[in-house]
Amino acid sequence: MKKACCVAIGGVLGAVPVASGVALYLDPLLRNSSGNFNGVKVRVTTLEALPEDGVPRRFPILASRVDAWTKTAESPIGAVYLLRTKDAQKPVKAYNVICPHAGCFVDYVPALPEAASGQPGYFCPCHNSTFKLDGSIAGQSSPAPRGLDELECSIENSNEVWVQFQNFQAGTADKVPLGA
Amino acid sequence: MIKPLLDWLDHRTGYRKIAHEALYENVPGGARWRYVWGSTLTFALVIQVITGVFLWLSYSASSQTAWESVYYIEDEMTLGWLVRGLHHFTAQAMIVLLVLHLMQVLIDGAYKAPRELNFWTGLILLLLVLALSLTGYLLPWDQKGYWASRVVTNLVGVVPFIGDGLRRLVVGGNDFGNLTLTRFLAIHAGVLPGLIFLLITGHIYLFRRHGITPKQPLKKRDAAFWPDQVLMDSVACLAVLAAVLFFVLRFHGAELGAPADASTPFPAARPEWYYLPLYQFLKYFPGTTEIWGAIIIPVLVLVFLFAMPFIGRWKLGHRFNIGFVCALLAGGVLLGYLAVNEDQHNERYQLAVVQSNRDAERVQVLAQSPKGIPPEGAVTLLADDPFTQGPRLFAQNCASCHRYGGSDALGAKLDATKESASDLKGFASREWLTGLLNPATVDSLHYFGGTKFKDGDMVDFVKKKLADPSPEKKMQMDKVIAAVSAEAGLPAQRSADQRDADLIVEGRQLLRTQISCTDCHQFQQPDSTAIAPDLTSYGSRDWLVAFLNDPAHTRFYGKDNDHMPSFGKQGRLNAHDIGLLADWLRGDWYEPDGNAKP
Repeated sequence: MKKACCVAIGGVLGAVPVASGVALYLDPLLRNSSGNFNGVKVRVTTLEALPEDGVPRRFPILASRVDAWTKTAESPIGAVYLLRTKDAQKPVKAYNVICPHAGCFVDYVPALPEAASGQPGYFCPCHNSTFKLDGSIAGQSSPAPRGLDELECSIENSNEVWVQFQNFQAGTADKVPLGA
Repeated sequence: MIKPLLDWLDHRTGYRKIAHEALYENVPGGARWRYVWGSTLTFALVIQVITGVFLWLSYSASSQTAWESVYYIEDEMTLGWLVRGLHHFTAQAMIVLLVLHLMQVLIDGAYKAPRELNFWTGLILLLLVLALSLTGYLLPWDQKGYWASRVVTNLVGVVPFIGDGLRRLVVGGNDFGNLTLTRFLAIHAGVLPGLIFLLITGHIYLFRRHGITPKQPLKKRDAAFWPDQVLMDSVACLAVLAAVLFFVLRFHGAELGAPADASTPFPAARPEWYYLPLYQFLKYFPGTTEIWGAIIIPVLVLVFLFAMPFIGRWKLGHRFNIGFVCALLAGGVLLGYLAVNEDQHNERYQLAVVQSNRDAERVQVLAQSPKGIPPEGAVTLLADDPFTQGPRLFAQNCASCHRYGGSDALGAKLDATKESASDLKGFASREWLTGLLNPATVDSLHYFGGTKFKDGDMVDFVKKKLADPSPEKKMQMDKVIAAVSAEAGLPAQRSADQRDADLIVEGRQLLRTQISCTDCHQFQQPDSTAIAPDLTSYGSRDWLVAFLNDPAHTRFYGKDNDHMPSFGKQGRLNAHDIGLLADWLRGDWYEPDGNAKP
């Protein structure tokens, strides 16, 4: 009986600090809002700012950002490549600049390496992932598991380009939204 | 006096027995240099604890203060660079010493029964030291550490089933920020050192329990640890310290890049040199096979290392183990070489490194400026700095037509034949205007050659009216050039403008009269008949901002504007960026000696 009591009391003595501490540590899993600034609709630019020949241009996404205890109004939370298409229904396409391989910024390059078509596209300076202009994987040896993440994009008030900005998990073949 | 005191202490603590056990352990075959590695590692760890605690006393873990406090330690505080340098380079030395220690243990067979547990604690210690370096890499919160750590945490996310949750726990949310720093610091300075202390105690206890595994044949008689082996260990530790100090003094502390900025790409991101093999390895796993390179194969290698004491029992097992680890190291060296070699031949990467060094140096200059670092953090210093942002804005928005000293302003050489507008380096300076008003160069690609104005009125004027000028006309032209250039009020020409004040007044008169610029241009008074850009305050900040905002305005090119976008009016650039571009083109940015040079 005494032994059992000792074990029980010992358990309580340990459990109180450990369990409460672990709960505190797990906080980022228990809340969605921590660092969650996904799925914001942002006015990015105007149609005139995009070259008509379909060359992509990079734009920062400015929105309110929460970093734990700090809230910043209108600060860069990411960036997108925007490019014009010939499709009248969808005149502009938007891609998140974050490489779906390991999360670096991809660069637009006028010519990809020969093994990845040699055509204009996006190149990741970290592990050499390559993407075509439409975001799809360009080279067979490209380490990225999926193409660049396309974002919803709309034209409003005749010439304003709006993007539904969102980040996605890196390293997975599926496009899984972060913070969903 | 001392002896009774020590007797008293010994009676209470029994320290003499402990000291005797520690110092008079038997070393079979006598002291040897090959036994020093464990001691050098312990010494390195002690350096890390001491320097780490002192760094910690001045470090502040948050997005707005991490870089700033490290900068303060490195550049402002007494011998901060030395303490940080020791911490940084001893961390690198530890990796080398770990490999040497592992190889010695392996070759001498010290991992085999009954020392399996000791070997395993050693392997876990190795992993903990690697984890220390990963967590420490982020703490300065500079671009390099930030982007490299993002890659690492994204790799954590690749772990099956629990990856994403694990990643969020490590990061402290979805994205890097305050909680990432507080967590990394707690793990780096508290959790990992605590675990290492426990394990090292166990490691040394087990080592003493089973004793040294002597290298056969024994060359000399057995001897005590003290003093021969202690002397050898001390000399080896001194050599480690000397090597570390060499690097600390050579680089005057440790590198500190530009502050972390989530919105500024950092193509120069690379891990520390000892992670380069793993980094390179990842490139060979396309698509969904990444998990093999990032997780499965490294884990299998670890499993093998842990199994070595069992494999070593077989007849050829010991040799196989040595061969395997040698092959592993050779593979690591090869992969590391491939990574470095690839980067050396990668022009984009080289440019990115130049850019990264430029930012790192620049932010220190700005931090030391009278304005100093604002509460929002040093990242705003670069974001508001024309010298930093100008070339980037130019490369992205202007370099498809214009050039800056023949390049895109970031150093990338561009196809000269595709230059379809003027080279803007030194825009509005006397030198630049002299070239514009030179019949030999006005229609070159450097000026109007690539534009529709190639055969326009201005080129026509320069070629006809300014060809073969008389000495008198030449003097007049110099005055006109000085006058127009003075409108810009360029910082680099301030003293020349003051010196030539009289000439400039004459020049203003001449451009209205003999040289007849005002036939086409407006100058200092409203002129509704003007068909060319306004020369009033030409090249000044206000003029450039208005021009970049809308070059097709009647004040500038009007309907004759050739392809130049109305950056402000069309919403392509905001007022902040247009201002930065204007300041940069004018060479107007902070310099410690007050003289900016475009």
